[in-house]
Amino acid sequence: MIPEFQPSKPFLALSRQNAQKVGFMGIRLISLITVLPILGIVIYIVFKGLGTINWEFLSAMPRDGMRAGGILPAIVGTFYLMIGTALFSIPLGIAAGIYLAEYASDNLWTRGIRIAIISLGGVPSVVYGLFGLGLFVLFFKFGISILSASLTLSIMTLPVIISTCEEALRSVPYRFRVVGISLGGTQWQTIRRVILPQALPGILTGIILGLERAVGETAPILFTGATFFLPHLPSSPMDATMALPYHIYVISTQVPGMPAGIQYGTVLVLLAFVLGMNLIASLIRSRARARRQW
Amino acid sequence: MKSSERILTHAIRIAGSSSILFVLLIFVFLVREGLPALGEVSLSDLFSTRWYPIEDLYGILPLISGSLVVTLSSILFALPLGVGTAIYIGEIAPPKVKEILKPAVEIMAGIPSVVLGFIGIQALSPFLRVFLNLPTGLTALSGSVLLALIAIPSIVSIAEDALYAVPGSYRDAAYAVGATQWQTIWGVVLPAARSGLLTAVMLGVGRSLGETMAVMMVTGNAPTLFAGLDSLIMPVRTMTATIASEMGEVASGSVHYHVLFFIGILLFIISLIINVSSSSFRVKSKQEKGQVTS
Repeated sequence: MIPEFQPSKPFLALSRQNAQKVGFMGIRLISLITVLPILGIVIYIVFKGLGTINWEFLSAMPRDGMRAGGILPAIVGTFYLMIGTALFSIPLGIAAGIYLAEYASDNLWTRGIRIAIISLGGVPSVVYGLFGLGLFVLFFKFGISILSASLTLSIMTLPVIISTCEEALRSVPYRFRVVGISLGGTQWQTIRRVILPQALPGILTGIILGLERAVGETAPILFTGATFFLPHLPSSPMDATMALPYHIYVISTQVPGMPAGIQYGTVLVLLAFVLGMNLIASLIRSRARARRQW
Repeated sequence: MKSSERILTHAIRIAGSSSILFVLLIFVFLVREGLPALGEVSLSDLFSTRWYPIEDLYGILPLISGSLVVTLSSILFALPLGVGTAIYIGEIAPPKVKEILKPAVEIMAGIPSVVLGFIGIQALSPFLRVFLNLPTGLTALSGSVLLALIAIPSIVSIAEDALYAVPGSYRDAAYAVGATQWQTIWGVVLPAARSGLLTAVMLGVGRSLGETMAVMMVTGNAPTLFAGLDSLIMPVRTMTATIASEMGEVASGSVHYHVLFFIGILLFIISLIINVSSSSFRVKSKQEKGQVTS
C-alpha cells in the first residue's frame, strides 16, 4: 500500500521557497557559530603565545618556580610518553585490527570484541587514570613512572587504532585477496605482502590520530606518571616525568603570579604538537587518496 | 602452513581479543579499589548531600548533581549546533565549503581539553563574570560552554553518519512529489535518521559526563546541590573533577581513596551503558560504510 503523501506544515506561514531560504540561513548561521569559536581560540593562542617562543624557551630548564626559563622537561616528557604509548599500542592495535578485518567470523565472540572496543572508547579519561593507578602503579609496582603512564595511555589509545586499522584493511578490495591466494600465497603472506601495504596510509592516519589524543591528555597521567616539577630530565622509564598538558594545568591553576607569556607560549607549543600531527595525518590521507588506483 | 606463521596467526587472534581483557581488567581493578568503600561508609551516608572529606563526610549526591547540571546544560548548546552543522555538511554545503568545514571540526576534536580549560580561565570566565555581573566567573555555565565545544565534534561526526545512512531514494521520492530541499531534510531525512541522531546525542552526553580537565579548571569546584536555575551561574563540582583534584592527595587504602574509586565505578558503569546501548547503530553504520566508501 502506498502511504498517503502529507504536505509538511507551513513553516512560520512562509511560502515553501522562502521557508527554505530561512531554514538554510539558520543552518548556515549554526555552522558558523560552531566553527568560529574554535578558529578564534587557535588564532588567539598563536597571537598571544608566539612572542614567547624562542630557542631558550624550547631548550632550557624552568627557573624561579617555573616563572622564567624554558619548558624543555615538559616537551621531552611528552615525547617520551608518546614513544612509550606508541611502543605498546601500535603492535597490539594493528594486530587486533588485522584480526577483526581478516580472520574474525561474524559470531558472538566477535560481536563481544566490538562492544568491548566501543566501551573502551567511551571510558572517561580520569577513569583510565584510576585504572592505571590501581593496576600499573600499585599492583605491578611500576610506581608513578613513564612506564605506568604510557601503558595507561596505550589502552586508552587502542580503540582508535584498532577501528581505523580495521577500516583501512576492509577498504582494500576483495579481489586483492583472491589474487594473493591464487598465486599460491598463504593467508598471512597475502595479508603481509598485498593487503597491509595497500592499507598502510589508512593505518598510519589512525596511529597518528590515536597518538595525538594521547599526547593531549592530562587526566590519565595525573596519578600514573606526571610530576609537578623535575630539576633534571627523566633518565629511565621508571622515572616520573613532566608533560606539556599537565604543565599547562599546573601553571594556569597552581602557580600564583605566573607570567601570561609563558602560559600562552606553553599552550601554543602543545597546540602546535597536536595540530601538527593532525596536519600530517590529513596529508597522508589525501596523498594516498590521490595515488590510489582502485 | 609454516610453524612461524601458525604462531603469528595465534598471536593475532589473541591480540584481537585483548579489548575484552582490558575492559574486564578496568572493571576488576575499579571494583578492587572501590568496593571497600561500601563497607566503610554506609549507603545512606554515601548518598547524602554533603561532600566534606576532611570531616569524613562522603555524600556524593552534590557531585552527581554537579555532573548532571553541567552535562545536560552543555547538551542544550551542543545538540542544535552539532546536528545543525551535520545537516549543513551532509545535505546543504557546496563541496568547497565542506572541504573547509570538515577539517575545522577535526581540529576542534583534536584540541586538548586542558587547552580549552586554559582559555576558559583566561577568557571565558572573566567575560561571563562581567557580562552577567557575577561574583565569580568560575561557574557551571562556563563548564557547560566548554563541554559543548568538546561534545560538538563527536555529535557532528555521528550525526553526519546518520544522515549519510538515509538512502538516496528517500530524497528522490520527496523531490518527485514536489518537496523543496528544505522540506525533504525536515520532513523526510531527519525523521529517517532519528535513531542515529539519538545515538549522536547520547554519545555527546557520554563525552561531556566523562570530561575532566576543562570542567575542573573552570567550574570553581564547590560541591553544591542543584537548587534551581541559579545553580547554573554558581560554582559546582563534577564527579570527574573530584577524582582528579583529590586523588593526588589521599593516602592509598584510606576511606577517601576507596570512595574516589567508587565514584570511578559509577562513571565507568554509566559510560558503559551509554556506549553499549548506542553501539548497535554504530557497528551497523561502520559495516555499511566499510563496504561502500574510502
